[in-house]
Amino acid sequence: MSTADATTPVVEPLRPIRSGRSRNHAEQWSWLFMRGSGVLLLVLIFTHLFINLFSGDGVNQIDFAFVAGKWASPVWKIWDFVMLVLAMIHGGNGMRLLINDYARETWMRKTLKTLLTACVATIVVLGSLVIFTFDPCPLDASGDLLPGVPTFCEDVR
Amino acid sequence: MWMWVVHRTTGVAIFFFLVVHVLDTALVRVSPEAYNDVIGTYKTPIYGIVEAGLVAAIALHAFNGIRIILVDTWPWALKHQRALVWVVWGLFALLMIGFLPRHLSHVFGGA
Repeated sequence: MSTADATTPVVEPLRPIRSGRSRNHAEQWSWLFMRGSGVLLLVLIFTHLFINLFSGDGVNQIDFAFVAGKWASPVWKIWDFVMLVLAMIHGGNGMRLLINDYARETWMRKTLKTLLTACVATIVVLGSLVIFTFDPCPLDASGDLLPGVPTFCEDVR
Repeated sequence: MWMWVVHRTTGVAIFFFLVVHVLDTALVRVSPEAYNDVIGTYKTPIYGIVEAGLVAAIALHAFNGIRIILVDTWPWALKHQRALVWVVWGLFALLMIGFLPRHLSHVFGGA
């Protein structure tokens, strides 16, 4: 024993410094979430792209009135909201894994993850507010409809 | 190995697009004209090609993601995972063959 102690360097077990791999099965949940949300996002985004970018006039049809037409239905509001939240968490979690892999310094990982969290939170909050406070028929200061509103605004007035 | 690189690069590209896409859509809360101006740039040839690249990235990431799930959960898929890589590229090619002519004619031909 004593001779081995003198020559063999003591190998300390590495502490789990990265991403809380040992914490509350956090990485297991991350793994499961990426797969579950991935399948849902495939359906949500392929449908989104088919309707907005493929059917009708494709990209040329997209303008304020097109958005107003879609968001007149609560189905598309919920659709876009679920897509927004799932995509930002899925993408944000993916970026977190890349930060863990490529940012070598602890301070760099912390800085990048703080920026990432702020970015994801801002986009989710902003996007949700835009979807649920959307006004299809905005008025100018004198109470007239702004140019570019959908034609149904005239009927509503 | 290469699909791992493809999955990471397309994932990062889609993430940054998504951030920009939420910001441009947020312009509907500024005014119809502000939104239409910015979306108008998406209808130009250069952005038309960028959109094609974006759809390509999403398709590859999605199909390869399904391959990852299958390989993780299904022994048969694990055994044939190399063949499944070609299935991913095949599905990707089919989707792009269906999408590109229509999209590019919208962008370049005003069809």
